[in-house]
Parts: sequence; structure tokens; C-alpha cells
Amino acid sequence: MDLTTTYLGLKLRTPLVCAASPLSQQLDNLKRMEDAGAAAAVLHSLFEEQLRHDSLELQDTLERGALSFPEALSYFPEPEEFELGPDEYLAHIERAKQAVNIPVIASLNANSAGGWTSFARGIQDAGADALELNIYHIPTDAKQTAGDLEAMYIQIVRDVRAEVTIPVAVKLSPFFTNFANVAARLDQAGANGLVLFNRFYQPDIDIETLEVRPNILRSTPMAMRLPLRWIAILYGRLAASLAATSGVHSGGDVLKMLLVGADVTMLCSALLRDGIQKISVVERELVAWMEKHEYESVRQLKGSLSQRNCADPAAFERAQYMRAITSHPASATELP
Amino acid sequence: MAANKNSDGPCFATIDGNEAAAYVAYRTNEVMAIYPITPSSPIAEWCDQWASEGKRNLWGTLPAIVEMQSEGGAAGAVHGSLQTGALSTTFTASQGLLLMIPNMFKIAGELLPAVFHVTARTVATHALSIFGDHSDIMAARSTGWAMLGAASVQETMDFALISQAAALRASLPFVHFFDGFRTSHEVAKIQLLPDEVMRALMDDTVIAERRARAMSPDHPVLRGTAQNPDAFFQGREAANPVYALCPDITQQVMDQFASLTGRHYKLFDYVGAPDAQRVLVIMGSGAEVAHEAVEHLNRRGEKLGLVKVRLYRPFDSARFLRALPASVKAIAVLDRTKEPGAAGEPLYQDCVTALAEDRSGGPRQPPLIVGGRYGLSSKEFTPAMVKAVFDNLAAPAPKNHFTVGITDDVSMTSLPVEADFSTEPDDVIRALFYGLGSDGTVGANKNSIKIIGENTPYCAQGYFVYDSKKSGSMTVSHLRFGRQPIRSSYLITRANFVACHQPVFLERYDMLRNLVPGGTFLLNSPFSREEIWPRLPTPVQRALLDRRARFFIIDATSVARASGMGGRINTIMQVCFFALSGVLPKDEAVEAIKQSIKKTYGRKGDQIVQMNLKAVDNTLANLFEVPLTGPVNGTGDFLPPVTADAPPFVRDVLGELAAGRGDELPVSAFPRDGTFPTATAQFEKRNLALDIPVWNEAICIQCLKCTVNCPHATIRAKVCQPALLEGAPPTFKSAAARAPEWKGLRFVLQVAAEDCTGCMLCVEVCPARDKTENKRKALNLQPQAPLRLSERDNWNFFLALPELDRRKINPALLRQQQVMQPLFEFSGACAGCGETPYLKLLTQLFGDRAIMANATGCSSIYGGNLPTTPYAKNADGRGPAWCNSLFEDNAEFGLGFRISLDKQRELAAELLPKLAGALGDDLVGALLQSSQADETEIAAQRERVAALKQKLGRLDSPDARLLLSLADQLVRKSVWIIGGDGWAYDIGYGGLDHVLASGRDVNLLVLDTEVYSNTGGQMSKATPRGAVAKFAAGGKPGRKKDLGLIAMAYGQVYVASVALGARDDQTLKAFVEAESYPGPSLILAYSHCIAHGIALDAGVGARQQKMAVDCGQWLLYRFDPRRADRGENPLQLDCPPPKVGVQDYLLSENRFKMLTLSKPDAARQLFAGAQTDATDRRNLYQFLLGRDLKAAAAPSVRAKTPAAEPPA
Repeated sequence: MDLTTTYLGLKLRTPLVCAASPLSQQLDNLKRMEDAGAAAAVLHSLFEEQLRHDSLELQDTLERGALSFPEALSYFPEPEEFELGPDEYLAHIERAKQAVNIPVIASLNANSAGGWTSFARGIQDAGADALELNIYHIPTDAKQTAGDLEAMYIQIVRDVRAEVTIPVAVKLSPFFTNFANVAARLDQAGANGLVLFNRFYQPDIDIETLEVRPNILRSTPMAMRLPLRWIAILYGRLAASLAATSGVHSGGDVLKMLLVGADVTMLCSALLRDGIQKISVVERELVAWMEKHEYESVRQLKGSLSQRNCADPAAFERAQYMRAITSHPASATELP
Repeated sequence: MAANKNSDGPCFATIDGNEAAAYVAYRTNEVMAIYPITPSSPIAEWCDQWASEGKRNLWGTLPAIVEMQSEGGAAGAVHGSLQTGALSTTFTASQGLLLMIPNMFKIAGELLPAVFHVTARTVATHALSIFGDHSDIMAARSTGWAMLGAASVQETMDFALISQAAALRASLPFVHFFDGFRTSHEVAKIQLLPDEVMRALMDDTVIAERRARAMSPDHPVLRGTAQNPDAFFQGREAANPVYALCPDITQQVMDQFASLTGRHYKLFDYVGAPDAQRVLVIMGSGAEVAHEAVEHLNRRGEKLGLVKVRLYRPFDSARFLRALPASVKAIAVLDRTKEPGAAGEPLYQDCVTALAEDRSGGPRQPPLIVGGRYGLSSKEFTPAMVKAVFDNLAAPAPKNHFTVGITDDVSMTSLPVEADFSTEPDDVIRALFYGLGSDGTVGANKNSIKIIGENTPYCAQGYFVYDSKKSGSMTVSHLRFGRQPIRSSYLITRANFVACHQPVFLERYDMLRNLVPGGTFLLNSPFSREEIWPRLPTPVQRALLDRRARFFIIDATSVARASGMGGRINTIMQVCFFALSGVLPKDEAVEAIKQSIKKTYGRKGDQIVQMNLKAVDNTLANLFEVPLTGPVNGTGDFLPPVTADAPPFVRDVLGELAAGRGDELPVSAFPRDGTFPTATAQFEKRNLALDIPVWNEAICIQCLKCTVNCPHATIRAKVCQPALLEGAPPTFKSAAARAPEWKGLRFVLQVAAEDCTGCMLCVEVCPARDKTENKRKALNLQPQAPLRLSERDNWNFFLALPELDRRKINPALLRQQQVMQPLFEFSGACAGCGETPYLKLLTQLFGDRAIMANATGCSSIYGGNLPTTPYAKNADGRGPAWCNSLFEDNAEFGLGFRISLDKQRELAAELLPKLAGALGDDLVGALLQSSQADETEIAAQRERVAALKQKLGRLDSPDARLLLSLADQLVRKSVWIIGGDGWAYDIGYGGLDHVLASGRDVNLLVLDTEVYSNTGGQMSKATPRGAVAKFAAGGKPGRKKDLGLIAMAYGQVYVASVALGARDDQTLKAFVEAESYPGPSLILAYSHCIAHGIALDAGVGARQQKMAVDCGQWLLYRFDPRRADRGENPLQLDCPPPKVGVQDYLLSENRFKMLTLSKPDAARQLFAGAQTDATDRRNLYQFLLGRDLKAAAAPSVRAKTPAAEPPA
């Protein structure tokens, strides 16, 4: 059984990759991922905004109340060095590379032009096998056009691509007017892979305190429908690799993603819920299905049900939507 | 440490006295046992920081630093360390030195060489003082330690080394002392001692010999024997040769030092005319002032001399006499201490003895000698005072045992001082800066001194005067720059440059009184140069015109905002100073500031650097000169320091202290025993808040979470009859009372706008929201200024409304209890303080019969630091009686209250039956049998006592008179023993433990901030694992001590752990139960603190408390031994099992989070440990909760009467 696949030019043992998550903050977890059979691991994101926030907050803490009262001219010891830059993250990459043999993909969320390139360079120098750009942006300015935004995305990819030689993937949200166009332009700008899709922290309401709270819900298999469609549509149209993330919880889910054309599938919520060991379960399920259906390799099944290769290409487009409505057993008001 | 070095010249640094002492102590020692005490704490902090950075001492090893539980402990540990051979030291002052005295006798008796570096500080007598004098040194002078006193920052560094070397060679311990604050906190440009010099003086052979004398089982000896009359005396005298040699050895070390550094010192240094007839003898920083004055006066033709005493003990009489010029006719000896009842102060007595014993046979007449006192508690000591002392010597009959620097109109000891006499050289640049604690003024000035010190040949000096209040405090920076060494160890009164960094100071303080004619005044003001003139107070306009000053303004706050700096104006004002003062060429100065910014802020992130650089660039374009052409048409006179309705003592004494004119008050203004009135904070309207809460009565649900959480008692509630609101000011608000018990009454919530600090806690905890606009609550912030006058009227109207009869209030129900009048108000605690709400609650519940023993710490400072006190009185004149004894003895002090009160009550109870015939059996019976269990009973007992006193007044017998003096004791008093975790967990723990075991009816309230807050956040045993604190820069490695569990083990102690911000109802229950429990009660009160690294002044405190409880980091419980009597488990856990881990809480407070930035690996490990701590502790309490105690129920051992037998 040949489970190998290629993602961002990296030859991987299986198409099972651990998505960026808090789990990868600990080296122990990375080792356990490798032991459980993960083919690669994406590290948690380095957030430039967080670093800037930490810096301001630290300054505030060290100065608050200081030099005001004769008995307490300061309230904290001041070490000579603080790790306010990306140093700790970069050290984590280095440690991760020493700890595991699987490829380690770093993840970066910057919020300044200089931030994207300088951190990307640092990440490469620290030894990451690839870099995933986590472009997390919620536009709220009504004056900003879709064109402006897309241009910003493209520019980030161009800038980073020019700065580093390691493969660069882009993790995206689905919220574009014409996602196919954006994907093609990112591909042209040099992205080596697209990771579909990012799940944002969405606000929630606490109905007891009547407060708005940022909250993340773990994905359910439902969430995979969106990347499934777009991977199916994009398969074969781009040079970039395609990674499926969101809602991948079982061997069956992995298969579906591979069938529509994903090079790899990324697991996060499933691991948070069921533990890192879940990867081996998913792999066994994948292998069992392939054995049962007499597939020899992942390569063989990859993209076989993509829009390009499936019997009913329209199934991935709007017509499918119309049919779903009309064929739904309940009324049309209860849309999935 | 910033230092610069010319290619082959000396290395300079601009540092303060504490850093100078630490610099040498760290390099020349191997073991340091430390304990924080002002003003010496920074010495230990420097050493701890260097150790955490891996810096090595002279021998290439990392000194071992251990924080002890008290100074007594530190001295004991040093003693042990010395006996076993390590070079060991400690740092202390004042009360701390006193706690070391027992060990100091031992260390000297055993001839163990060591140096204690002491920032000489006032010993508490009628009052505590953190400031400098020699009373602590003098208290230790009989211990047998050599004592070497430094007079300046340079000397502090030099003498730190000289004492270290001399101690080893003489085989005697040395106290190396320098004046608290004046030298310990003065920043000066000094020459650093190179390591080679230190190595040369630290004689390896001597050190080896010393080690060879150390205790070791390899060559065992016996020390510390007990001796009898046959042996002790001789043994004591056996050490005489060591003392006899010490002065010579010290001088030899000084001479060797001089050969290496070029700085010459003598045990007694003489300065002045070789043929002087009048000579002053003095030690400490005053010697520098005297040096400046003597040189100045001699230049004017006088023939004066000065003897600076360096080695005070052993006092070398021969050298002292040799230091005096043969021409001397009259000597004045100045002591910076007071020894009441003595024939004279100590240094004076030593000099008198030396002269009296002088048998050198010289031809001179014995000179006249007088002694005087100066400078107690850092009282200013100026050249004018030195002149006054010399003038006194020139008088036909010089005054002896005089004072100088005060006006003593009681004992008439003081010398007259010429107010205008000044020795300030014209070529010294003198600048004064008035800033707010939070605006970075002091930091910027320290930085300016460094810049000038490092970039120019100028000598530099900086001294900083801080406020005794922690919120909204003013700082005054005194900076001098000159080409000659600066000896002016006194405040600037003739400044060439005065800067007012906060426009609000203009209306209150006369900052221009210290500006010389033609000087420069810089004002940070929101007004333009065209608008500013008529907005100045009239005296400010007059002073500017009279002095023909140059007047500059800048809107620094706007420039700061535009540069992304928020409210921090430090860099901007610093640039203005350089631009206007001319110390450095402007461009050079700007470049130096930029370099300094990169250096200072670089490690805190590039963003901070860029913001500051932008601020520098934006400053000069916004700095404008205001032409002085306008008429005198200002806003009127300065605001009075206290309100017009203040009583005479408050107005004339406390008000003058508040206005900064306390130095001008005569002795007669002060009480002779340190007794001051309470209820005085109400007269200081500080107007600190930019925004104040405004009540929306329509939204309010009258839960009163706002009032219970308010740290400053500035938001209060009352309920009253509607008719009482007639005639209310137009904007006064009220609502129908919602509580069913108060049907028909009006509910009022009122803010004291002029006392509010704007901490936002009330707004943050308010749960009531507008149903259509969620962001609006029942309390919303609005700018204070437009509301000030109307709210002043409203507040006064509110105060005049009668308090609700306490008998009608259910104290167990928070929304009722909170209408009780707080008798703790408007303290100077930090805005948003986590401690003060507990004290306020205490005074609401029991204040009218509370007597409080308060351990030294934050609570004693905001509770009892002059000028005013927050402890207040009710309409009957009753309120808390408050006293601070010491840091270490507070539990015992409070126990003394209880024993005394119980004894007096018992005596009264014994007298009552004897007088029953005259008083009536009914009254006597009722007085003796009253339970006084609630407000109704207490009120009834008060009425009975009033009736009793009336009857006793008519009786004429010794018993009746005795009973009359004791009658008030028949009303139950509530004894409260209050302090922080430093007291309860560390220094006072032994006493606290004993008091808990005593069975007596006392209430101990521990305001647990989990660090020594008052001295700047040093680790205590209450500090939780992983928290960064001073002396725990790498995160506290161990678990927090479980004081409550220890107390519960007695079985007879009521114990509660509370967090008001998390569950106010549980806190209230605990206070009521604790007070009602007839034995010892211990309340551990979680108190959020500025030292937690939280935005204290943004109202986050309650939220942090809730997070701490929700994650299990802090448990809420009550342990009531009375429950065991009922067959119930005495322990009740008042918080559900945590649903979240501690990590989120830890990361929400920078005391923990900063560890992730400084030591990420340690943070991961310690945070995991913190989770284990929380889980284990919860499990343990859960286990205790599950015990079936019915089977084990034993007869109660608790005190049922106040006279319970204390343990032997």
C-alpha cells in the first residue's frame, strides 16, 4: 500500500498532517504526532500582533506605579533580556526539528509589511521545512474594496516568496467573491500550496453576563463540505499543492478530500477532541478502505472525483445546490 | 549599570548610593541573606538581579542569595554563614538593624569579619519614618561593630570596599552606613572602582586565614559557650587588642586605597582653615553640606573648620584630637539622632570624652564644646543651617543641646537660620521638575542625568522627592549639573529651570517660589501660547513677571498621543529640558536622547523605541515661548490644601503638611505623643479622577456591588424617607428603594466626585445594563471637571442625609449591609486597590467599636501616613481606633489590646455587683448579661452604659470613680489585627501563630497580595508558584504556604478565605462570622495589587479575583469550629470545583506572564506546577470536607469567655 503523497514539494509518508493548533506548542506533542503516524506537522502560528501587544503590555507593567512612591520605586525585577521578538518561536522550530524527523511547517500571522518578510526569513533560518502564511484578516472598513484586499494578499505572498527559498503555503478563508480567481492569482504569485480553509475565531454571546466573547468551536464533519467543493474545483487548475483542513475527522473524511484532489489533509479538532493518537486510527481507517476497495496508492485515488475527473462536474457548482433543495425531504426553508 | 570609560582614564557611572554599595558588596561576598526594608531594599534587589543574570563576584563565583523571613533571620543566617567560613553580608536599615542587634553582639563577640551595609534610617518612636537619620546606627553602637560612615555616593562605593577590606584585616565586623534616601537614593556621577582595585584590597591571605578559623568537623572547636561569673568578664576584655588595632588597620586600608585610586580618606578628615577657631564635627551626608558651607564662608574671610567623622567606632580619640587645628576655640558637634534623657547625643558625648581625656599636654586651652541635633528623618540640612551653627559658636554664650532646622518654640532649643543664605554656585545648572508618579518624570530625569554624566565632563546629581500617597502622587526631581564636584546634599531652592509636567499642579502648588530671577519656567499645558496667560493662577502670573522669567509651554499630552505614547510625556518633557537648559548643544542632546531611548527601551521591543523616537522628533516643533506682556488677570489664588470647613488643627497643621509647608511648622504645632485626630482625609479634596462614575437610577438594580468593591469609599448608598429629599440640589438623583423591607423609602447612590480616583472598579463590577444599549450600565464614566461643582453640592447633601438606623439593617444581606456608613474613606492607596475594600467593609460592620492593630506595610501607610488618615467617625463621634506598632509584632500587639480590654471589662464586671445597691439590680444584671450579639443588643448596652455613667457620676466612692473610668469597656470591643502577607506569612508568623493558639477573641485580617507590596513587590511565602517577584526573578519556584490550613489545624480558630471581587456575599458572611466567633479568627483576603502586573487603575481587580477563584488558584472557604459543636463538618467550601485550568488566569496577570517572556522554559514548567498546586489543594480540601467528624466529635476546646487560659 503506497500512502505517500507530495505536498509543497515535500515527499510525505501519508497524506495525514497535523494542522496548526495549540498542541504543537509542546515538543512532547510533536513527538507523539510523529509516533502516531503524522506525516508532517504545522506549528501553531507566530502572531506579530501578539508580539507587539506583549511588548506594550510588558512596558506598561514595568512602568505602572513605578517611580511614584518612595518605598516602592518599582514592582518587578527587570531581567536584562526579554524574548519579545520571535525568538522563542524560532527556538521552538529549532527544537522541533531536532525532536522529530517529519517535516515541520511553521505558521505565520503578521500584520505589517516588514513583519511578514522578516519573520519569514527568521523562520527559514530556524530550519522550518516550509512556511504556512496564516493571513487572518477581517475587513470591516466599508471603503476598502475586494480588489484592495486581494491585492494585499497577493503582495504578501510575492514579498515572502521573494524573501525565502523554502516552500510557502497560504491558508485562506473562503470569503472571496471569486475564490477561483484569487486562488489562481496566489498560485501565480508563487504560493506553493493553498490550505483550505481557515476557521476564524467567531464571537459568541454569554447570555448570562450579556457579554460578547471570542470563542472557537471545534469543527464538525459538516465543515468539510466547503473545502471539499473548492478542492474539487481547483484540482488540476493550479501548480500549487492543495491541503484540506476543516472538518477532517475520520478516514472517510480523508478519503473524500483525497478523492476530490487534496494532496494532504490536516487534522486539528479531531486531535483536540480524541487525542493525538487519533491520527493512527484515521490512517487505519484509510488503509482499510483502500484495501477493501483495492486501491494501491494515494496517488491513484487523488483527484479521481475532482470536478475535472468526476462524472458530474456540475455537481460541484450551483446546480448541485438547486438539486439539494428540491430533493431535500423536508421543506425548502430547512436548508442544510 | 551604565558606565563610560575614557581610553585610559577612570570609569564613570551615574548611579545612586544603593547601587554603589551593591556594586562592591556583590563583588566581594559569597553569601547574602536578605530581607526588604526601605530604603535599603534596592541593594538586595540589585544583587538578586545580578545573580539572576549570572554575574560573578571577584572570585568568579555566583554569590548565593537567600531571602529570609525577617532581618533577625537574615542576621542569623549571616552569622551561621560567617562561622562556617563564607564571605557574607546583608543590607538593612532602621527597625531591621534593630532586629539584627542580638546577632550583631554575637558576631562581634566572636570577632567574625563581615560588613552590613546600612542605609541609615529613623527608628520608629512616636511615629514611623522611612527617611534618614542615624538613630538606627546609634542604637547599634554598643554591639561592638566597627562603624564607617559615608557622606556621598562616591564615598558609599569607596567605603563599601574599605570596610570590607578593613573588616577582614582587623577581624572585626563593620557597619558601613550612609544616609537613607539622601545618599541611598541620590543619583550622582561617580568613579567606579575597577575590579583590580577591589582584588588588591581583598587580601587573599587574610581571607584564607579567616576560612581556616571557620567551624569544621575536620578541626572541631566549640564556640558560643555559656560562661559563668568566673570567666565571662575576662573573656570580654580579651578582645581589647583587636579594637585597639582596628583604627590603624582601617587607616592603612584607606592609605592603600588612596594609592590605588587617588582618593584619600582619613578616619577624621579635616576641611577648612588651618587656623580655624570654630570647628564643626559631623558625619554622614551633612558633612558634604558643611564642607560646601565652610569653603564658601572661608572664601568670605571666615576662619572655620570641619571634622568629618568617617570611622565612628572604634572611636579613635587620639586621631580625633589630632584632626582638630591647634587654634580651635569652640567646637560644635552635630548628631543626626536624638537620645532623650541623655547628657548629650552620642557623637557629642564621644567628642566631649575625647577632649576631657586629652592628656597630650598641648599648650592650648580646652576648647568650648556644644552639641546639637539636625536632620532627623531627612529634615533638610542646608548651608544656612551650618552657618547658624557657626554663628552660635561665635556667640558669647553658645547654646548647647540645640536643634537646627526646625523652630522649637516649646523647649527653645533651635538656632535662628538666615533664610536667604545660599552657597549655590552660579555655574551649577539647577533644575526642578514637578511630575505625577505615573507620567515618567522621574525616569526621564534619571535618564537625563545619565546622558549628561556620560556625554559631558559635567558632574551630575539627582534627588527625587516622592509623595506619601500611592495614588495621584506628585514627584519633585532636583537636578544639578556643574563642573566641580557637587556636595549640595540638600534640596534646590534656587532653580534656574522649573518644569511643571502636569497642569493640574498649577492651581495648587507655588512652583515658582524656587525660580531665580531670569530663570526658565516650562509648563505642559493643553492651551496655546495665545490662550495660556489668563488661565494661570494670579500668583503664578505675578511670579513670572516679578522674576522676569522666560516662560515656555508645550502640549506634551497631545504630542505624546500623536506619537502613540498614550499619556506618557516623559520623553517629550526631557527633550524640552535639553532644548531650553543648554546643558548640551541641542542637536547633540537630541541625538543622545535617541541613543538612550534605543538602549533603554530596546529590550522591550522595537515598537516602544519607535514611539519614543517619534515623540522626540515631534517635540521641538510644539515648544513655544510665551511673551510676558499680559496684565495680572489670572484665575485667582492657589487652592487651599484642605476644605474651608476643616477643623483648626486640620487646617493649620495637617493642611500645611499637605501643602508642602510642614517644615515651617513649629514644635508647638505637634502633639507630644504622636496622637492625631481621625476623620481627616475628608478635608483633602484631591480631585484625582479625570472621569467619574455617573449613576443612571433607571437602570440600577440596587445590588450595591459598586459600593462594596469601591476601594476609596467614594460611591455610597443611603435609603431615606422621601420627605428628606425635599430641597435637594437640582441634579441630585434618587430612586424608589427596591428592597421589600424598605418599601416607600428612596434609594440614593452618590459619588464623591472630588475624592474619587477614577479607578473604574464600580463601573466594571456593575451588572445592570441598559436593555436597549448593552454598553450602557447603571454606572457610566463621564468627565469629572464639568460635574465637579454640581456633584460637590450633591455629595454634601448626601452626607447630610441621616444614616439608616443600624438596627434596621440586616448585615448578612449585602444590598442592605452596604448602606452602613464606611468609617474608612478616601485613602491614599493606589487607585483600584484590592486591600481597602476589605477595610472599608470591616469599618461598616464594626467600625464604631473596632480597635485596630495594623502591621507596617501598605495598610499602615495609606492608613496612617500623615498628613491625613482615612479612618473616620460616625455622627456619634465613634469610629475605629488605630495604631501601628511594628511590622513583626502586630499579632502580639493586637493580642495585648484584647487582654487589656478583657481585663478592664472584667474589673468593671467585678465592680458592678459591688455597686448594685446604688445602681439598681436591674441595670447591673442587664449590663452583665447582655449578649451584645447584634446591633440591637449593642445599642441597648450603650444605652445602659450611658445610664450607668449618669448614675456613677452622682456617686462619690473610689469604686464608683473606678467603674466610671471603665464603664465604656462594658460595650463589646472588636479587636482587629491587620496586615499583609509579609507580616502574616513571614516576619510576624511566629507571633500570629501564638495568637491563634491563645484562644483569645481577636480577629486577624490578612490582606494577601502575595508579595511585599509596600516595599515594591518582594517575594513572600504567600507568593504563588511561577509568579515573578523581586527575589524571584525566575518565578517563585515553590508552592504558596497554606496559612489557612495551618490555622485550621488548631481546631479552635475560625478561618475564612475570601475574595471579595469573586464572591462579595461570601466575604460578608466570613466577616460577620469571624467577628462573632468568641475565639481567634483568621480571614485570608485575596487582594489584587499593582504588583500583580494588572491594569489596577482600569478596574480589572474584581475580574482577576473571579478568575483566580474560578480556576481554583484561590479557594473560598469558611472553617467555623462552632459547626463541629453541632456535629457538622466545620469546613465549608464556598467555590465550586474549577471548570477551567489555571493557565488562562496566570497569563492574564503580568507577574506570571512576564516569565514567559524572560524564561519561557521555566514558565512552562512552573505553570504546570501551579496547576498541580491548585488541583492538589482542591483535592485536599475536598478530602477534609468529606470527613465524618461526628464520630470524632470531642468536647469543645474553644474559648467561651474572653478570659480563656492562654497556653503556657
